[in-house]
Amino acid sequence: MEQLLQQIVNGISLGSIYALIALGYTMVYGIIKLINFAHCDVYMIGAYVGYVCMAKLGLGFFPSLLASMLVCTLLGVVIEKIAYKPLRNATRITALITAIGVSLFLEYTTMFFASADVRTYPPMTGFMAKTFKMGDVVISAQQILIALITVILMVLLQLIVKKTRIGKAMRAVSLDKDAAELMGIDVDSTISFTFALGSALAGAAGILVGVYYNSINPLMGVLPGLKAFVAAVFGGIGIIPGAMLGGYVIGIIEVFVAGLGYSMYRDAVVFAILILILIVRPAGLLGKNTGEKV
Amino acid sequence: MKKGILSAQFTRRLILVVLAYVIVQLLISVNIINDYLQATLTTICINIILAVSLNLITGFTGQFSLGHAGFMSIGAYTCALLILKDPTMPNFLLGTLLGSLLAALVGFLVGLPTLRLRGDYLAIATLGMAEIIRIMFINMDKITNGPRGLSGIPRFVNWTWLFIFTVGTVLLIRNFLRSSHGRACIAIREDEIAAEAMGINTTWYKVLAFVIGAFCAGIAGALYASYFYFIKPDLFGFLKSVDILVMVVLGGLGSISGSILAAILLAVISTLLQSFSEIRMILYALILIVIMIFRPQGLLGSKEISLSVFNRLGRLFAFEKEEK
Repeated sequence: MEQLLQQIVNGISLGSIYALIALGYTMVYGIIKLINFAHCDVYMIGAYVGYVCMAKLGLGFFPSLLASMLVCTLLGVVIEKIAYKPLRNATRITALITAIGVSLFLEYTTMFFASADVRTYPPMTGFMAKTFKMGDVVISAQQILIALITVILMVLLQLIVKKTRIGKAMRAVSLDKDAAELMGIDVDSTISFTFALGSALAGAAGILVGVYYNSINPLMGVLPGLKAFVAAVFGGIGIIPGAMLGGYVIGIIEVFVAGLGYSMYRDAVVFAILILILIVRPAGLLGKNTGEKV
Repeated sequence: MKKGILSAQFTRRLILVVLAYVIVQLLISVNIINDYLQATLTTICINIILAVSLNLITGFTGQFSLGHAGFMSIGAYTCALLILKDPTMPNFLLGTLLGSLLAALVGFLVGLPTLRLRGDYLAIATLGMAEIIRIMFINMDKITNGPRGLSGIPRFVNWTWLFIFTVGTVLLIRNFLRSSHGRACIAIREDEIAAEAMGINTTWYKVLAFVIGAFCAGIAGALYASYFYFIKPDLFGFLKSVDILVMVVLGGLGSISGSILAAILLAVISTLLQSFSEIRMILYALILIVIMIFRPQGLLGSKEISLSVFNRLGRLFAFEKEEK
């Protein structure tokens, strides 16, 4: 029983990170129908910005978190303006290949400047280094922090999407871009705003991973990025609560597969889930099956 | 009359192909093409096979696959395991055949359910499939030696075999595309719904193109294994699939000669930049982005250069004959 609880605790920490990344995938997909492969590298850049702030500049955790979210927001908007905006009316395959290109560019530019070496975050001190025991279940302060920050960010995101004008514009654009434009919504800036929001969340995920796993490298984004995408598909791509749910489910499944002694197969299991979901229920868990329009 | 022209064209092409083979063979035997250049030559040939076969799937049939390296790894491992056990020439050929058949079988099993998906979903599903294959190879420790890979694979591949397999693959795919089956595949790319309305069994043709592509990727894998002595699962990861995709996109989605040109170009570039692997990848990425923004149809689009050149040459020859 304790083992089970422990696995769930670990799964929630991992799942929070997947959920944060998956939100960016799902929002961008919902609004311009593009799998933004570069998103996972925005997350990697977030981790690096956090590293520079904490290890080199000696900033505390929260200022670093804000800095890395800010840098990633800017990066997301710049990527959108330079690479994706000229392709607004291109085919989806064209946009997808561009996204792969941007992703490779970010990875190897980082590798060029920061080298391929694994970097380690400075050890945590004070409250952040504490662990709590509840029976046999061990919860570290970092895990609590990850869960809390994720929940706060998700609530903020929901407030922005549901309660503000720009959120309303986002929903309108994702429903019908042309109609939204006719109603006087500035589609371009709405799309930029979506990228900004998603990238900020990815930046937060990046620094949280850095603090939690303590090591970062230029290719760290690839696998979590793919898994976060799986999470987004699992919950129903384009649906914000779906991405949160998917993130937690994929995180917990992965931890359980590893806990059962098949840790070498944990990635394979996630991809198997992806293929299964795509075949059985391509609309995802929370998605509605919409008929194909001719 | 018409038949006469065709056969004349055929002979001319045959002569050119044989000439290309003989010239390179001569250059190898007098050691102008040394070992270093031979490795580049091998990379070029393998790249051509991979690019042309992926072009069949992505460029001509319009099914976006990101898992080509997965099929390649199946061919590579099958062939490597067979010739490691018993290093003889027939065994190499058997391994190549078995590896490609196995890759084709996996392509069939994966393609049948996933090819119902469209565009980016298919891309992600094939990517997931390739990752699963890679993880399987990592975990079948007893057979494949896990992440350390197989080394000391005997070399059976020489220029003759490379040439036969490369020309064979290109011819196979070119002739397939000129048949009614190939036309059906192109129709699916242009408009799947219209194609279906015209009575084309779209699922069957999509799977067919996928299986042929996987088969050829298997050949390329087998050639790779038996030339470069060493394979490991990480060689056939996502990056390799992207590598192949870059060639197809650069050459032009839907152009065989474009794929061949791009395969040669990129093999040369990557040989030149071998010691600066990061710059090579940054260059790759920039090529992808710039081409997609400014020339999304690729360098050649869906045009074929060799054909018009041959035709023009042909007309020139015919003209001369008439004058005489």
